[in-house]
Amino acid sequence: MTIRFNLNSIPTECDCPSDRRVIDLLREDLGLTGSKEGCGTGECGACTILVDGVPKLACLMLAAQLEGTQVETVEALQQTDQGRALMTAFAEEGAVQCGYCIPGMEMASLALLRQEEPLNREQIKEGLSGNLCRCTGYVKIVDAVERAVQECCKI
Amino acid sequence: MNASALKIGTSHPRGDAVAKAAGTERYAADLYPQGCLWAGAVRSHQACGRIISIDTTAAAALPGVVKVLTAADVVASNRQGIIHKDMPVLCDDLVRYCGDPLALVLAETKEALQRGMSAVQLQLEPLPGLFDLDSALAADAPLIHEDKPGNLLAQASICKGTGLDGFDACSVVVEGSFSTPVQAHAFLETESGVARLEEDGGLLMEVSTQSPFRDRFEISHALGIPWGKIRIVAPSLGGGFGGKDGATVQCLLGLAAQHADGRWVRMQWDREESFKAGYKRHACRMEYKLGAAADGTLQALHAKLWYDTGAYAHLGAEVMELGMEHAGGPYRIPHTLIEGWCVYTNNPTAGAMRAFGVCQATFGFESMMDLLAAKLGMDPLELRLKNALVRGDENCAGMRLTTSTGIKTCLEQLQQHPFWQDREVWKAASPAYKKRGIGLASVFNAAGYGGGVRDAATAKIELTPEGTFLIHNAVTDMGQGNSSAFLQIAGHILSQDASRVLLKQPDTRTAYPSGSSSAGRTTYTFGKALITATEELKARLLNWAGMILFLQDNDGLELQPGRVLHQPSQKEVSLVALAGYMQPEERVCLGQYVAPTCKEVPPTAKGFFIGFPHVIFGYGAHLVRLEVDSLTGQLTVCDYLAVTDGGRVLNPGMFDQQVQGGVAQGLGYALMEDFTVRDGVVKTPDFATYLIPGSLDIPEIISIAAQGEPEETGPFGMKGIGEVAMNGPLPAVANAVADACGVRLCHGPLTPQRVLAGVKG
Repeated sequence: MTIRFNLNSIPTECDCPSDRRVIDLLREDLGLTGSKEGCGTGECGACTILVDGVPKLACLMLAAQLEGTQVETVEALQQTDQGRALMTAFAEEGAVQCGYCIPGMEMASLALLRQEEPLNREQIKEGLSGNLCRCTGYVKIVDAVERAVQECCKI
Repeated sequence: MNASALKIGTSHPRGDAVAKAAGTERYAADLYPQGCLWAGAVRSHQACGRIISIDTTAAAALPGVVKVLTAADVVASNRQGIIHKDMPVLCDDLVRYCGDPLALVLAETKEALQRGMSAVQLQLEPLPGLFDLDSALAADAPLIHEDKPGNLLAQASICKGTGLDGFDACSVVVEGSFSTPVQAHAFLETESGVARLEEDGGLLMEVSTQSPFRDRFEISHALGIPWGKIRIVAPSLGGGFGGKDGATVQCLLGLAAQHADGRWVRMQWDREESFKAGYKRHACRMEYKLGAAADGTLQALHAKLWYDTGAYAHLGAEVMELGMEHAGGPYRIPHTLIEGWCVYTNNPTAGAMRAFGVCQATFGFESMMDLLAAKLGMDPLELRLKNALVRGDENCAGMRLTTSTGIKTCLEQLQQHPFWQDREVWKAASPAYKKRGIGLASVFNAAGYGGGVRDAATAKIELTPEGTFLIHNAVTDMGQGNSSAFLQIAGHILSQDASRVLLKQPDTRTAYPSGSSSAGRTTYTFGKALITATEELKARLLNWAGMILFLQDNDGLELQPGRVLHQPSQKEVSLVALAGYMQPEERVCLGQYVAPTCKEVPPTAKGFFIGFPHVIFGYGAHLVRLEVDSLTGQLTVCDYLAVTDGGRVLNPGMFDQQVQGGVAQGLGYALMEDFTVRDGVVKTPDFATYLIPGSLDIPEIISIAAQGEPEETGPFGMKGIGEVAMNGPLPAVANAVADACGVRLCHGPLTPQRVLAGVKG
């Protein structure tokens, strides 16, 4: 079927089976390999994308569910101040090791940033609790999000 | 342009961080070559059985299925394994674990691959399986490998001083039995790669691997492709932790490529396949006896360690040997007997994993230290300080320590920390229905391959025609950041900023054999080789600049970002210009390094094959503060402190990354990770059943670098610390539970069920 949606602000039309997994659509059909697949069963969060601003797991979504939506992936981070702030904070705070969980972490973090509320470390950890990282122990990831929150939510 | 200076000793952001944060870093799993075939292994559902038949006819006839291969299609040895080549690429007679590969399907699409794999008809005659140490070691047990009597992959001992006679003079003796679970690496990027046969018959493979150069030999041995015609490209790994050291997809992919008529083939294990067929940390059973004088001076140790290596060897013997070498902790013990058995079973294959056999033994030993302290009525930190190794001492394996030995410094710094100083106040403030405890662990971990193995690297750096520098990394970066350390090393020597030093990840065609990314030797060994190469390149650049600027010598000449400047005259020549003057071969420098080995090997070890002894160790002192919920047995880790001796710290930020990551993996091992296999069947094949720590499970982890001495042999004084932090959490947590509740838990992980059972007696 033909599926129309906005992908990182670009109107996109895909001809694919309606039950194609969104993670495959993004990575294999559209070449956006920034979103990662770590488990395929909705447990690790590496494939987190935003659909109409809400964090979703691309491994558990089917292509048809994207019809008419706004989809954001890690590739769109550079388009916005919040996205750039996140990327810089992740890089400079040492939040990145192997990096495989990072795109998903950042998309979950972006949803947190958009709440435009000050968040303490516990709240950040809660917001990221659906995203597994095997390298960092999360300390520097929380540092990075805390910094991005401070920069973006100057209230 | 990133114009920040690369200087040793500063927390310069990693060179790969920006690309990884932008999602543009390309991993092996991100490769989908145009028109590639998809390959998948059909695996045994029996843990032990004889192959009666593998009928591929129906599968091969399905639309979209291109080939179905079996062992009959493998022309060479069909055996892989880093040292002990006992693991078939495709099983030819027996299956030895639930997941052993029997057939390999190549298909046009993922969907066709699934259909094809389901259509392969397997007929296996079940044989009785051996699923625990006792049944595998029983006198009448069937042999898992015919050439391994007693189902023993290895059996070894270390005897130092008078061995068990040392107990005669002990005033106090404590004993304990311990066990540790199987742990999965659980890297987020599962085993994956792409390959194709090139026109000259050579094999090109881009793969998630910790050992690209060695992979060539494994593939060559198994599949018969001359190793010189195998090219391995190894991009950044989405995690490794030892689980990608040795062949995972490599031989299967190579075999697929041999039958793909020059087309690309892609293979990626899904999470369940990764958990079932990937390597694991060895489950271990331990019996410990420790004796001391009345004043707490350690006198004698008897340790018995049994490692379950599963169906195939991988590095099981070496894992056991390293565990044995560390079985007495970082302490002076004059008399030791350490015995080890590495046992084949029909469980999934165990292999290398961060802290390689050592974290098991550390649980046993550090629990024993607290038991001994309690029996002596002594402060557990005092006991550790009293017995801590210093340079010049012999360790528990009889090796005299000639390199930096910082455990005492680590313990002293921990002693000064408020977590230790204020421990009684903190414990007394325990909330209702909670009990607070503080636990310690002293840890150490060898760096390098150890005796009998050449631990060498050849680094290559070049000045490009654009006037930038390119490092040809040869040891893969699985996330630990060695490639960023290499940028910092070269940038520091050449006085360049981050925009002018680039790095190419390993490619066996353009880099040189430098060993695996493992054993705490990656930055150390390659870093030393890189220093040599970079110093030579710097000398060449200064010489050229001196010729062009008509200078009689190098006085006043210095490298600066993008140029060589003669300070007195302020004349300069750009690196682009220098690159133009220099011949191509002159712009490339190589450097070699061989890590130090022990010249006077103590005659203490028997039954060791390779890897004994080690001469360099990283050390650490760990402290955990936790709360035990008296009603549920739930443990809440409140704070964690790790003081680590890694010699001189090249990059404090990356140092903390390794320590925090190791501690987090160790806390998973301590609290929840329990890879469960029943009758050979994996019961925890996903992240819903195999739990690893999430952000809410990990406390703030404070990492402090020991203010000790640099490691003189290391690059700028560093030594590897990628593994040592993994060792602390399990014993520290167990010691804290004992401190809180008076209950000694001896079987990991310390789940609420076990804690509650312990508390209720």
